[in-house]
Amino acid sequence: MSYEKIMQKLGRSYNAGALVNQPISRRRFMKIAGVSGLALGIAPVAVAEGDAEGKKQGLTPLQQPSEFLQIAEDGSITIIVNRLEFGQGSHTGLARVLADELDADWSKVDAKLANAGDAYKDPLFGIQFTGGSTAIAHSFTQYRELGARARAMLLTAAAEKWEVDVSALSTNNGKITGPNGKEAGFGELAVAAMSQPVPEKVELKTPDQFRYIGKGVERLDTRNKSTGQQDFGIDARRPGMKTVLLIRPPWFGGKVESFDASAASSIQGVDQIMKVDLDRDSVGIAVIADGYWQAKMGRDAVKVEWQHVDDIDALPDTTKMAEQFTELLGTDGLKARTSASLDKEVAKTISADFTFPFLAHTPMEPLNALIEMTGSGENTRVDVWTGTQFQTFDQGAVAGVLDVSPAQVTIHTQFAGGGFGRRATPTSDYLADTAKVMKAWTAAGRTEPLKVMWSREDDVRGGYYRPFTMHRASIGLSDDGDVVSWDHTIVAPSILKGTAFEPMLMKDGIDSTATEGVADSAYDLPISVDVHHPVTAVPVLWWRSVGHTHSAFVMETLVEQIARAGGVDAVDFRRKHLAKHPRHLAALDLAVEKSGYGERTLPDNQAWGVAVHESFGSVVAHIVEVSMDGKNPVVHKVTSAIHCNTAVNPRSVEAQIQGAAIMGIGMLLSGAEITLKQGQVQQSNFHNYSLPRMPVVPEIAVYIVPSQDPPTGVGEPGLPPIAPAIANAMLALTGEPVTTLPIQST
Amino acid sequence: MVDFVLNGNAVSVEVDSSTPVLWVLRDELEMTGTKFGCGMAQCGACTVHLEGQAIRSCVTPVSAVAGKQVTTIEQIGAAALGELVQAAWIEHDVPQCGYCQSGQVMSAVALLQSNPNPSEDDIDSFMAGNICRCGTYIRIKAAIRSAAAKLA
Ligand code: FES
Ligand code: FES
Repeated sequence: MSYEKIMQKLGRSYNAGALVNQPISRRRFMKIAGVSGLALGIAPVAVAEGDAEGKKQGLTPLQQPSEFLQIAEDGSITIIVNRLEFGQGSHTGLARVLADELDADWSKVDAKLANAGDAYKDPLFGIQFTGGSTAIAHSFTQYRELGARARAMLLTAAAEKWEVDVSALSTNNGKITGPNGKEAGFGELAVAAMSQPVPEKVELKTPDQFRYIGKGVERLDTRNKSTGQQDFGIDARRPGMKTVLLIRPPWFGGKVESFDASAASSIQGVDQIMKVDLDRDSVGIAVIADGYWQAKMGRDAVKVEWQHVDDIDALPDTTKMAEQFTELLGTDGLKARTSASLDKEVAKTISADFTFPFLAHTPMEPLNALIEMTGSGENTRVDVWTGTQFQTFDQGAVAGVLDVSPAQVTIHTQFAGGGFGRRATPTSDYLADTAKVMKAWTAAGRTEPLKVMWSREDDVRGGYYRPFTMHRASIGLSDDGDVVSWDHTIVAPSILKGTAFEPMLMKDGIDSTATEGVADSAYDLPISVDVHHPVTAVPVLWWRSVGHTHSAFVMETLVEQIARAGGVDAVDFRRKHLAKHPRHLAALDLAVEKSGYGERTLPDNQAWGVAVHESFGSVVAHIVEVSMDGKNPVVHKVTSAIHCNTAVNPRSVEAQIQGAAIMGIGMLLSGAEITLKQGQVQQSNFHNYSLPRMPVVPEIAVYIVPSQDPPTGVGEPGLPPIAPAIANAMLALTGEPVTTLPIQST
Repeated sequence: MVDFVLNGNAVSVEVDSSTPVLWVLRDELEMTGTKFGCGMAQCGACTVHLEGQAIRSCVTPVSAVAGKQVTTIEQIGAAALGELVQAAWIEHDVPQCGYCQSGQVMSAVALLQSNPNPSEDDIDSFMAGNICRCGTYIRIKAAIRSAAAKLA
């Protein structure tokens, strides 16, 4: 099951279980009272194409009015975006899409992020979330239709006002023009347009009519983000608010035995120090103070005695984990894919074991959430300000902890300083913890709003890592270089197992977030895949491009070895075995053409490296030029090509491919790993958990395969193929395949 | 009580003198343009200028700025060089999530102030203290180059 499918099922099950059953609604619009100008709400329809189950489900009608679009009388337009903005650019992208069909004047358009609300659920999955590179891909048609409907309503309003037929009218960049030089701005017609019926059907533009879609534009948030004006979750404030830092146990699931807060309590600005229940049945301490620094001083001064653990050696330890996982590699697992071997003799075998470490997401903005609880009993109201990728679940989690209904919880979606998956936890860990602190706080008779902050150390040590993962492949080749058999085993802790979603999402015990990229590989090779999901106490999570972070590395470096063994050029081999996949070929060919691979000679100390991989519906090829500095690669240049169908904002696509590639280069860096010893995470901050910095960043030239098909993912697909492309160049330079990440340079 | 000059205005704060400038700005003065990323001079998100030099405000106690001039992202655009750098940032559409960018801009201004015509290596080494998890480095570099070109 693909990630797409999983999210889809997840949304469906959630809606089936958690919302009141109501009749299926077709597209529904709502006109909003009390807003000056035109406001338009739409209930999304949860229908996946060709999916019978999906068609039956539908979505509940709007519980309360929600709007996507406001046109003020002065003509300024505000578009509400149903996704978190955390760097990927959908805030601008979706506004562009709507504005294009509306025929708006772009200089008058701004966008806002939607709070948690039914209207803002993903039209395919039925939950409000941002992930899986789906923001533009899933809401492209939805936002086009919104724009087209609003345009039609403006036209009808003008026709009524001027008493002419609608067919005599047209729109032009924020204005409506009619016969005899009649002209009116959208703003002038907004109020009248509001009282028009919402058309059931509208005609959408053909791609050649697009004015904005496909044209690069400066992001709406660029100016604020270049001048320090953009607020993030961490900048949110409420009157009287206190700041909270938590003391989490030194190992996952630990509990406070006793604590001494006497020194801490006497620090000026420290208000309360309380024991609190935290994520994963652990028990920790909340230090509540006037500000961050006071909370930190207080936290440093608390002495905690942790509950005794009988066998400290049984706590997670990555050295031992590697041994256990290696043992599992030699045993039969669950069958994720089976292929028949070729009827040929095996003349040569390629065997390799691969090891990938735990990785922390470390978004630049440490996790945080501001919570306020007002009223009492049935009138209790909870407000949360946070940057989250998972509003629907978080709303439920906060409601659950505080014993109110989800409708009583308002999630004010804040711009986030990165996320990369960390803000999409099935357990809603950081928001549930925030609510737990609030629960203890109110139990102590207090009412002030609380902002729970994470230090960088809390973040690096806080778990929810890309799973520690191993692969083993044994590939039989015939004497003419054909792949006769490919036995592949993956050992990866499951992201979904142990969460509330396990029963509905994992099929035959297999978590496809561990096998994606191998089990569904596009290569026409006889691959058979076994998988094991050992259980460890370390919380794991999707990390930008999820299973593809390791599977693309394994596949693309193995394919390289096979090509070399057969004396075939790396690109030729891929072309041959991807012959039935035109988008792969198009991306690969474009990267080859633009890079000069095969045409241009590199300096003697450099080599080419190639990789191509599909993820989140898009295909990316990276071609790199690399030399060695001791054991470390030096990347001189990257030429990238992406096939993502329609590129709504090509400048953003370029930025995403560059950013994802840089994050992927980071996977190779010595020190880019989370290790555990006797349950304790060994890294704590950026001095011992390496991230790519400017000096390791090469030139990255990005090219986009032209296409008019509906958009596919962009935020993640640039990551998977970069590390293997570099490793393939390293193989050419050193003769040694890279099988363990990160590179151990000492 | 500590007195210093913030963005041209005299300020006086009633805090423990060991409190880092970062938290004085963010919590006491409610000026949140300066960001917290690591708290140990590793990421550059908190970069401000002290007497025109880039410093990491997360490890600089407020006592160290007593009587001195501190400039933050909120005011850097008021000076010609700051304005030029911010314009280059906008022209190159640098930010993704944007969280690191206050610090990046402050570092870039400090670089160009001391070295108006930096080489690639100069840019790399000066900017190495500023992490961008989104990976906007290529555009940061391009923006610095184009700002430098305008200074020439
Ligand atoms: S927060 Fe000061 S350098 Fe990271
Ligand atoms: S733009 Fe996101 S960390 Fe730099």
